[in-house]
Amino acid sequence: MDFPMFHLDWLNDRFLIAMIAIVHVFINHGLAVGFIPYITWLEQKGVKMAGASNITDPEWDHLVYRKMKVAFIITTTIGAMTGVGIWFSAGLISPSSIGSLIRVFYFAWFVEWLTFVTEVVLIMIYFLTWKQSNQSLKAKIRHIRFGWFLSVFSWITMCIIVSILGFMMDPGNWNTDHSLISGFTNPIYLPQLFFRTPTAMVLGGVFGMLLTTIFTDRHSAWRNTVLKYGARWVLCWAPVSLVAAVIYYKAMPAAMRENMSTAVGTMEFAQYYDLLRYIIPGAVSLVVMLGIWTLFRPRSVRMWMVLVPCVAAFGFLGIFERVREFIRKPYVIGGYMYSNLLREEDYPLFKRDGLLKYATYATASKVTPENKLSTGRDVFMLSCSRCHTTNGINSIVYVFERLYGIGKPLDENSMAAYIPNMHNGRTYMPPFPGNNEELGALVAYIKHLQQTGEPLEGAQSAGITVNPGNSTEQIADSVQSK
Amino acid sequence: MSYNYSMNHMLTLLQSVTPVPRDIPLALPLPEWLLVVLLVVSFLAHIIFVNLMLGGSLLTLWAQVKGLKNKEYDTLAYEIAKTITVNKSLAVVLGVAPLLSINVLYTVYFYSANALTGLMWIAIVPLVTAAFLLTYLHKYTWHKLEDNKGLHISILALAVLIFLFIPLIFLTNINLMLFPEKWGTIKGFMSALALPNVFPRYLHFLCASLAITGLFLFWYLGRNRYAFETHFKSITRYDIRKQLYSLALGVSVFQFVLGPLVLITLPAKGVQWNLIIVILCGATAALPAMYWMWKGITGKPEEIGMNFGKVIMAMTLTVLLMASGRHVYRSNALAPHKKLMAEKTKAFERLSAEARAHPAPDESTTAQASGTPAAPGAAVFQANCASCHKKEGRLVGPPVTEMVSIYQGNLPGLKKWIRQPGKKREGYPQMPGFPQLSEQELTILTDYILSVK
Repeated sequence: MDFPMFHLDWLNDRFLIAMIAIVHVFINHGLAVGFIPYITWLEQKGVKMAGASNITDPEWDHLVYRKMKVAFIITTTIGAMTGVGIWFSAGLISPSSIGSLIRVFYFAWFVEWLTFVTEVVLIMIYFLTWKQSNQSLKAKIRHIRFGWFLSVFSWITMCIIVSILGFMMDPGNWNTDHSLISGFTNPIYLPQLFFRTPTAMVLGGVFGMLLTTIFTDRHSAWRNTVLKYGARWVLCWAPVSLVAAVIYYKAMPAAMRENMSTAVGTMEFAQYYDLLRYIIPGAVSLVVMLGIWTLFRPRSVRMWMVLVPCVAAFGFLGIFERVREFIRKPYVIGGYMYSNLLREEDYPLFKRDGLLKYATYATASKVTPENKLSTGRDVFMLSCSRCHTTNGINSIVYVFERLYGIGKPLDENSMAAYIPNMHNGRTYMPPFPGNNEELGALVAYIKHLQQTGEPLEGAQSAGITVNPGNSTEQIADSVQSK
Repeated sequence: MSYNYSMNHMLTLLQSVTPVPRDIPLALPLPEWLLVVLLVVSFLAHIIFVNLMLGGSLLTLWAQVKGLKNKEYDTLAYEIAKTITVNKSLAVVLGVAPLLSINVLYTVYFYSANALTGLMWIAIVPLVTAAFLLTYLHKYTWHKLEDNKGLHISILALAVLIFLFIPLIFLTNINLMLFPEKWGTIKGFMSALALPNVFPRYLHFLCASLAITGLFLFWYLGRNRYAFETHFKSITRYDIRKQLYSLALGVSVFQFVLGPLVLITLPAKGVQWNLIIVILCGATAALPAMYWMWKGITGKPEEIGMNFGKVIMAMTLTVLLMASGRHVYRSNALAPHKKLMAEKTKAFERLSAEARAHPAPDESTTAQASGTPAAPGAAVFQANCASCHKKEGRLVGPPVTEMVSIYQGNLPGLKKWIRQPGKKREGYPQMPGFPQLSEQELTILTDYILSVK
């Protein structure tokens, strides 16, 4: 409420963060954390298989190099920029929460940045010196050692970021102990790290196998051997990933796990929850089947046969990320800040005096019969717009129509009765923050939206209106008069 | 007293057009001065690689176009192009630390400017990604597109256009955050771009990019380890280095025109003597560097690099002072507004604490206090069920009377359903479960429901 509200009225604000973040996680896990050890391992195999007279087998080495080239290009472009994109999108959509988190986690993120810089420097050294290092065995061995260093660094970067993610999922710790340590010691940290590590390895391996089928034709010399190594790699990690997924699921705090069925089930993706139950064993068994098949019949493996388990494995990780994001609700910072970016501790004040009185950007600080629609729009923007649109994805009109009947005219009284209590039944919803007049304005606006389909423009196009009744003096005066 | 009055008066005027948001009420993670040092230094490290990325791609384009006539310049272009992909990776990764630092030091200002230019701001991510992919495409198709130079150069030209545009987005934001009094007038990126000072600063930045890239390549192509003669036949190391020095010197001279222009177009509110002094010192430090470059260009060929170390030292000092000047202006310009914001934040925190201590009575609970014997169960019903169920007729779910007809005499069944509802019926939304209700709450609730007649 102290920031101009950026708002995407069709796409949904959360979707923007989610899209960028999921691409980043896919690339980070599948093409860095899990892929680089796989590549280094293969590079090492090339040296071992070459025999005493050669440094490495040139054809084998070139194939592994080409795979690394793909990962290098993708990680240093889309991977790097989506990483920055998470900051950019979170700052646009969720400024209060990301701003608060940075105040607490500055040091953690700074350390993470240092490991990240090292990772980028190492990845450049590793890839850009590959061909030169083929000139002597000593250089080649040093190069392979670089590869292992790089693998460790990518993993360490992940360890730190998981601490930050774990912190946000552990309810209540913000108020008692908001330091980095609680990120590492909270009950979700190790299970999450344990889940991500083998899953990244599986992704890296399957993606590597996919590249093998793309870069080699069926008669080329090393194809079968490379595929079989890939199969051994994924078969080694897939069972660990399955066990870790189960442990991770069980370690999620009980209250949050309860949320999962409603959380996932009530989204517009109606079969989401069912999907979760099928995709975990489904994706892992697809990968295992691919692995076993490849070990016995490598010659018959086709690109599409790898593509299917590859997509499934990425989906497997994706759905976990989706659920992890959702079980944070109704908070964005557990026990401290709701997903509408309002602090829980400010609720008594908003309930007493109204939300608009303290809003920096609003058309008025009080609801009157004349300004009901514009103040209703303000209340919507301040307390609903982070997750709901007016007529787009997860639109406010749609969620109410789903309750009261699709296409039926919405009833203001019913909505006004529902909203103050919705958080009891829909535990992922934050409580409504405003007073009764603001509630009235909000339901009038929602009804108006249903009738007119009027879109809501965010600050990025409509600009801002500075709340005329909100000045430092007025607040200071009201403090003195008490 | 009168000073105090006029100060207050000024603040009031400022507020009448200026939003005064509240700051995030959490302490800074480190002492402010240390954060400022981290911001200035890490930003410098970032911007130098941005300069090299932008300047490098501009020079590659120039050399490749020239290479259409003289093959040697095509080789030069390829040699410069190899540096871009490395420099661009460092530019991105080094950008994260100043981003974190500005987020923590200027939270409200930075995020507000971002939101006001939001679409263009977030477009940075796909635009830069596209430009990076294009530079790789350009680099890795150099030999494949040997016979199709037009297409090959177009790939780079497109990347250069994007690289030229991105700094404008950043500058617009960094500029807009300094002027909360303008926020109310901004409608999207274009109007923020039109604020005074964006374009002079942009040109200043472009020239700096060319100067820094000129010096970098002067060193890069002049290194002993760099086997110049194996790449080039007709042009000499000296030719190239002389051209690069001339470029660096030429744009440095031009900076003496642009610099004052930037200063003049700066809104007056942050211009104070401390700023002028820092900027003048920075400009002065550049003078000896320019003299040594001039001597290098006009001197003997074998002595062209003689003073290069001194040039770099003087220029580093210039860049450091200019970056500090930037910060001094920002700090001057925002000081009064920051003070207002801090006051407002404090006042709000006080009010919020007071409201927490004396919360307004909750209407729903007071209503039930005036009570019948069923009151406690009614309160639980009111808080958890009433949004969807009323006594008669459908609201969201079926009416209470229907529950009574189904569950009369089956209290455990009703409890089980509330905890974990079964499958929804046709035309109704799925009821959420209420596992958070305690056994006692559940008992009084179900007693209440089944007592409804």
